[in-house]
Amino acid sequence: MSRDWFGCTAHEISDALRSGAVTAREVAQSCLDRIDAVDGRVQAYVEVWRDEALRQADAADARIQAGTAGPLTGVPVSLKDVLCTQTGATTCCSRILEGYRSPFDATVVRRLQEAGAVFLGKVNMDEFAMGSTTENSARQVTRNPWDLERVPGGSSGGSAASVAADETAISIGSDTGGSIRQPAAFCGCVGMKPTYGRVSRYGLVAFASSLDQIGPLAKDVRDCATTLNVICGRDPHDSTSADVPVPDFTEALTGDVGDLRIGLPRECFTEDLSDVVRGPVIQAARTLEDRGATLVDVDLPLLRYAVATYYIICTAEASANLARFDGVRYGYRDPDAKNVQDMYVLSKSRGFGPEVQRRIVLGTYVLSSGYYDAYYLKAQRVRRLIRDDYARAFASCDAILMPVTPSPAYRLGEMLDDPLQMYLADIYTIGVNLAGLPAISVPCGKSSAGLPIGMQLVGKAFDEATILRAAHAYELHAGIALGRPALAG
Amino acid sequence: MTGAADPMQGDGNTVSTEFEAVIGMEVHVELNTRSKVFCGCSTNFHAPPNTNVCPVCLGMPGVLPVLNRRAVERSVAAGIALGCTISRWSKMDRKNYFYPDLAKNYQISQYDLPLSHDGVLEVDVVSPGSQTPSASKRIRIRRAHLEEDTARNTHALPGGCSGVDFNRSGVPLLEIVTEPDIQNADEAYSYLISLRQLLLYLGISDCNMEEGSLRAEANISLRRPGATELGVKTEVKNVASFTGAYRAIEYEIARQRQVLLDGGTVVQETRGWDADRGVTVAQRTKESAHDYRYFPEPDLVPIVVDAAWETEIRSGLPELPKARRERFATALGLSSYDATVLTATRAIADYFEAVVAAGAPAKPAANWIMGDLQAVLSERDLEPSDAALPAAHLAAMITLIETGKISGKIAKDLLPELVDTKRPPEALVEEKGLAQISDAGALRELVRKAVADNPGPAQDVRNGKTKAVGFLVGQVMKASKGKANPKVINELLQEELTSE
Ligand SMILES: [Zn+2]
Repeated sequence: MSRDWFGCTAHEISDALRSGAVTAREVAQSCLDRIDAVDGRVQAYVEVWRDEALRQADAADARIQAGTAGPLTGVPVSLKDVLCTQTGATTCCSRILEGYRSPFDATVVRRLQEAGAVFLGKVNMDEFAMGSTTENSARQVTRNPWDLERVPGGSSGGSAASVAADETAISIGSDTGGSIRQPAAFCGCVGMKPTYGRVSRYGLVAFASSLDQIGPLAKDVRDCATTLNVICGRDPHDSTSADVPVPDFTEALTGDVGDLRIGLPRECFTEDLSDVVRGPVIQAARTLEDRGATLVDVDLPLLRYAVATYYIICTAEASANLARFDGVRYGYRDPDAKNVQDMYVLSKSRGFGPEVQRRIVLGTYVLSSGYYDAYYLKAQRVRRLIRDDYARAFASCDAILMPVTPSPAYRLGEMLDDPLQMYLADIYTIGVNLAGLPAISVPCGKSSAGLPIGMQLVGKAFDEATILRAAHAYELHAGIALGRPALAG
Repeated sequence: MTGAADPMQGDGNTVSTEFEAVIGMEVHVELNTRSKVFCGCSTNFHAPPNTNVCPVCLGMPGVLPVLNRRAVERSVAAGIALGCTISRWSKMDRKNYFYPDLAKNYQISQYDLPLSHDGVLEVDVVSPGSQTPSASKRIRIRRAHLEEDTARNTHALPGGCSGVDFNRSGVPLLEIVTEPDIQNADEAYSYLISLRQLLLYLGISDCNMEEGSLRAEANISLRRPGATELGVKTEVKNVASFTGAYRAIEYEIARQRQVLLDGGTVVQETRGWDADRGVTVAQRTKESAHDYRYFPEPDLVPIVVDAAWETEIRSGLPELPKARRERFATALGLSSYDATVLTATRAIADYFEAVVAAGAPAKPAANWIMGDLQAVLSERDLEPSDAALPAAHLAAMITLIETGKISGKIAKDLLPELVDTKRPPEALVEEKGLAQISDAGALRELVRKAVADNPGPAQDVRNGKTKAVGFLVGQVMKASKGKANPKVINELLQEELTSE
């Protein structure tokens, strides 16, 4: 009973709950206390739902008593502020949605609630999920728990930091170009982006509709698999959600990779990759090879076009998706507006931050008449070719292993003045979104400065099971112990 | 040939003052599905403002559209009826522009791959005053595509505010675009009449122009006869009726003609029809036109209408006006005019067929419906329908006439009561004792009295002045209170006046 429940994985908590070793209320209280203790320094949460969490915990305890509990019943979860919730505000960490209350819960939120999860609150993010450091939040700057002078990554930086700082067992984030995997790598947790269409996007405030996908961040691979079991599946509210059977992903966690061929893309291990990342990632591949997997070289020749392609498509879609924030029906309306034109111009220029404005302008430009063919249309064609690239690579392997990021976490402010450099750092993650594939980021070591390094496994469409199996086997056999962040103030 | 011809000179060179109009029509119709095109809200936008709304049609953060299958079916039905090719594969696109009535500040529409394309509508050309067709015209349909309607703005509310009613936001809208095949206001007017008739037959829209469930715009340009290039066009909007469209087009053609005759150039712009003043007014020039930045809607999957689905929709179509008109003429022996009138709406055609099915011969059924019944119903602001007068009752009444049970005159007098009481004609005739008297024995006394009372006319008839027969028949009819069978009276009169 003297365990620090806040530091436990979901499956440890679930086992303890069912054995009666602890109650959901005690677990929730433990996490709330932890948030009180460390979040002043980490700044992961933008909203903590104390009363709501304890109420949900009591309901979970009743289910445990009644014998109707599932694996997530009573498990603490934090939610990225991009997910619509009837509880609290839904702001996407933007001034333009300050105080906005959603009239409905996202499908993912509803499914987790039905599974008995306990929501601790909403966590920080780059405004409208645009960014890689969470510094573009209109709310606060989240710190990397491993080094408070560094960023947690982004855009799901609050999610990753809340998991890494033991302020929750699981967090739900969203990944448009790496927004789950990159912060997971920076913060030393596991982050999974499922296949496009696996998880309903209903209630996910859209950044780039054809790329956005919701996924979990957790302390280990098993917790990711358990969460996927709850959140995956067709949703009639989302036409792009796939009607594909959802297996029990935890059954894939056999520890055996003897039959797997793991592809290593030549293009991912060039001189652009820092040695500090290359070493642990290569070592991860060797570990899988030691367990019987076959390593094969594959090619992703179009990877170098991925960044350009991605930033055309995502900004184009964002320029339309964010047009609705105009001050007419909800959200920020500038008080100085004297007419309709002013209302649009002032509400948007004062409600959106600079990165969001930059992307809206870019997206508007690439869609405008005279430029559409040269940018948007061409990007769509390249996107298809990139998808073909992956398909060709998967002809000779079952999963692709590559880095998540070219380097460990940046210092606060380091990337703020150089958006292009920041965009280029997305090179290993965005191809996966363009191709709609599943990918998982797993910790594979630490830099000499003590910063976590992640490695990425990419799977075939709707074959999350294989990369979960490989990631879990790696986790099991690598013997990587990151330890816990010291959180020294 | 001295210098450039002055078009106003009237030097006999008529070519220089002649222009031909080139007109294309864009018509938006609201489809009458029960729910909106991307959400489950009711399409009834006459409800109190902002009551038939939800997060989806309000464009709240985090929502996604789900395409209403019925809206696709109705659009495809229209496409088939217009002779279009149905796209096996089409998609929705986003049309981006800012306006307070547009919930998402983009409209989900179709850009380069409409649901249906390349059809034709055959139109009987009429004028607003005359419904007698002067010619027939084939107007090609370029495309028909599905999109969502916008909300409705109301200005000058108390406090100087503007209001937005989102009940209409997301109502399914079918946009039907013609090729520039229309050459004058008559043809445009007739196209609208025929198109509305077709859509009403299909039962896919109310087509009520005043309520905005049908909206028409005309693209108009002029060119020299024989010229292959199109002139600069204007787009005329804000017409609230078909005659309004007619007048607006007439005006706009005359206006452009005058501009050209004055040596000016037509400015490409949108012009609004001001019905009160009878003029079109410039609203927006090409320079200020929107760049809609269309791109494929990533929240929806492509629309696939496979052959099986198209066949299913096709087999569910009602008989269309043209086919029905031809059948009424050939199979039922109606004149072309009668067939046209009786197929003007699906309701009147259905009613006519029901009367015939109930046993009335086609020709008298047609005459009664188009003549006396129409008059009686108009006075009561009703349309021919089973509710106004059960088809079986009208058929029974016609049968009573055909079998000599009542006279046409009696039937005519009886009609208002049939409509007002909804009672079977046999019962009314029985009750009121209106049955025609055809029995010679019963009528002979009345005939003899008429001859005796009117010796002058009787003598005229004997002298061979047949005109006087009518007078004597009338006297007998009067004496019988209209119930006497005129044919029998005639026979009896002949007997009486020749046997002496
Ligand atoms: Zn709605």
